[in-house]
Amino acid sequence: MNSNNLLNFAIRFGFLILLFGLVLYFSISANGFASPRSAAFILQSVSITGILALGVTCTLVVDGFDLSIGSVATTALMLSAYAMVILELSAFSAVLLCLLMGAVVGLINGLLIVKCKVPDLLATLGMMFLLIGLQRIPTQGNSIATGMRLPDGSTAEGTFSAAFLWLGRHRFDMFVEKLVPMPVVIFLITALVIWIFLELTRHGRLMYAIGSNERAAALVGANVNRYKIAAYMISGVTASIGGILLAARLGRGDIASGNNLLLDSVAAALIGFAVLGAARANAFGTAIGALFVGILLQGLTMMNAPYYTQDFVKGAVLVLALVFTFYLSAKRGAGGKS
Amino acid sequence: MLTLNILGSELNMKTCEIKGLNKSFGRNHVLRGIDLELHAGEVVVLMGANGAGKSTLVKVLCGFHTADAGSMMLGDEEYEPLDAAAAIARGVVTVHQSIDDGVIPDLDVATNLMLNRLTEPGAGLMVRDRALRAEAQKIADTMGLTMDVRARVADLSVADRQMIAIARAMAYQPKVLILDEPTSSLSASEAERLFNVLDRLRAQGVAILYISHRMSDIRRIADRIVCMRDGEISGVFDQSPLDLDSAVTAMLGHSMTDVEIAVQSGGAPILEIDQIILQDGSAPVSLTAADGEIVAVTGLLGSGKSRLADIIFGLHAPQSGSLSIDGHPYAPEAPADAVAAGVFMSSKDRSTNAVIPDFDIANNMTLPFLRSFSHLSVLDQRAQRTAANDMIRQIGVVCQSNRDGIGTLSGGNQQKVMISRWLLEDCRVLLLDEPFQGVDIGARRDIGDHIRGSAKGRATLVFAAELDEALEIADRIVVLNEGTLAGIHENSNVDLEALIAQVSGADRAQ
Repeated sequence: MNSNNLLNFAIRFGFLILLFGLVLYFSISANGFASPRSAAFILQSVSITGILALGVTCTLVVDGFDLSIGSVATTALMLSAYAMVILELSAFSAVLLCLLMGAVVGLINGLLIVKCKVPDLLATLGMMFLLIGLQRIPTQGNSIATGMRLPDGSTAEGTFSAAFLWLGRHRFDMFVEKLVPMPVVIFLITALVIWIFLELTRHGRLMYAIGSNERAAALVGANVNRYKIAAYMISGVTASIGGILLAARLGRGDIASGNNLLLDSVAAALIGFAVLGAARANAFGTAIGALFVGILLQGLTMMNAPYYTQDFVKGAVLVLALVFTFYLSAKRGAGGKS
Repeated sequence: MLTLNILGSELNMKTCEIKGLNKSFGRNHVLRGIDLELHAGEVVVLMGANGAGKSTLVKVLCGFHTADAGSMMLGDEEYEPLDAAAAIARGVVTVHQSIDDGVIPDLDVATNLMLNRLTEPGAGLMVRDRALRAEAQKIADTMGLTMDVRARVADLSVADRQMIAIARAMAYQPKVLILDEPTSSLSASEAERLFNVLDRLRAQGVAILYISHRMSDIRRIADRIVCMRDGEISGVFDQSPLDLDSAVTAMLGHSMTDVEIAVQSGGAPILEIDQIILQDGSAPVSLTAADGEIVAVTGLLGSGKSRLADIIFGLHAPQSGSLSIDGHPYAPEAPADAVAAGVFMSSKDRSTNAVIPDFDIANNMTLPFLRSFSHLSVLDQRAQRTAANDMIRQIGVVCQSNRDGIGTLSGGNQQKVMISRWLLEDCRVLLLDEPFQGVDIGARRDIGDHIRGSAKGRATLVFAAELDEALEIADRIVVLNEGTLAGIHENSNVDLEALIAQVSGADRAQ
């Protein structure tokens, strides 16, 4: 009984304790780690991945998966640049256009999965390819920057408006002047909204029910197809938010950026399984998962670990978290949602 | 290569002998001293209701479970298979109920038929397709299979797939062939093809154990009937002609239960079923269920009970006919419509159709009515837990608290949660499909008492294959047989013999 309690404690709080221990260790051994600037930097480094991860969390909750989030984000990046630089639209229209694009991609993903019965991994993999290709077609494979030369020899007249760049670059004062970047605020708001939606609302609860036993959920009268499509649309919209923020930070439509977004955000969502012993996708866990990776990388970088070890470290954390989730939780046996 | 050179002298020999077989899972005593003999060249049909222990017996025979006590002999030698491969090596081959366990749908027929050849020790590294096909063709010819051996199994009909599963079993040259409900997804003509093959195997001296509920199968193929009930052999019938009536009685049991039913005639009619056709070619069914009344619908597997429940809950559109509730036409297109109209259904097979394994008791229970437990979609968890505690107390769920994971409960208690899910709100029609499936007698009484106690204000339909269950809960018992209404009985001094005859279809066959 005692060892059982210990196991339960380890499953519930193990990951958070590990996180706390890491922060403590880096604060002591890495000079300058425990400072507001460093904290803001960590948050900024994980904000965009975190936003994408929160979206993929929703698809994981309904027992689905969205591989297209990375390419939705880069498509939003290119689309917003194209809209402002070449079509000369306002920041507001560009943002709206990107959000709409994300929702439509999510809708198509959902319809492919629900109506055409394409397995989720395959449908979203196909969509990923399609979008990677599509975003290159309008610019013939080139990046988009202010004042770029167009194919017809003229020069692009549009610019990234200040309002748009504000989304990616503005910093709010907090303790220190100009500390908290806008993307971090958006990340925290998204996390809160998704958390409330999944944990506290009846729609979120039904999505968990669908993920756990789809047939049973259908037999109590839940419209399973509509909820699944909604999950992919949420995922598409959050991915496009991530892409908008990336564009606003970079200030150009860079064709090569955002390569790592998919893997990093999926990793964050999966690491989130281990947080508080949830053993399933959850918004709080996802946010902590993203933060965990950010803290580890920042700490290691400040201790002079070379940049090329980063992916290895992320992979190691992911494997550890998966062992936490699937090996230890399986030992604990069937748990209930509280 | 398939060679079946069983000597004539082996006919009518004991191929397999089982003595005093016992098997328990925890406190659940599933097999209680089974004695069974299988003879070469004989088809033994094993009958038994759900939970009688048939599948456990099969699983012991094919090496999936080990028996706790008792002995098995194969010919003159001890037989104690440790796994499925050991059973097959000794010549005991099983074709399981789920066909797709027996075939690999993405491969062609030839590869499926020759699959065991590919795993044999000493098999070559390269697959020689031409030789493989030639050998497969020979097996196909022996079995009377006419399809192209290059066809993908997934593209074949269910019957053809079933035949391939059986042909694969034959490739092992079994001494004992076990078939678990092989005709459950076959039409009559497809089943006849199967029986022709079985006739040939019987002539070749294979001992066949055939598990089925279908009377027509049993009439056609059985040499001997063995009935199981509650883990024991409850009857053996080998006199020709086989006494099917008594066999059904032995299978279902007819001991009256000591539950006293004060029969309610019911108030105003609520649910009216008008001329619904349940199966192709069966006569239309009409039925009325009244306020406060509990109607049990009984019948064997495939009698159309579940189909009727599904139609009322909006899972199937009826071929023809109509439904009405309180005199208003009612045509649900999905469960959501049914629930909105006040028609609730607790489905059978709770683990696939009802239980949300990730949720605790309270969330499982309140799932259908989350709308009532939320304001602007935000859940009121306290209200959920209060309501759950209320139901837990009323129906007597044995648990620590409403936060227990549903998986920590016993089957009976899980079922109580699944049924109380639909008692949280008032309804017009309550459908309970096999509410006592995998439920012990104590929990069964608790559930029954609660259903009867709360019956006022709604019409209740209970779909149950076991007569006992129907008798201890219903005011009226409706018997379905092959999609047709076979009889209606007021539940007082029921003529059990007539009832059983209607269930088995024996009254129509004669």
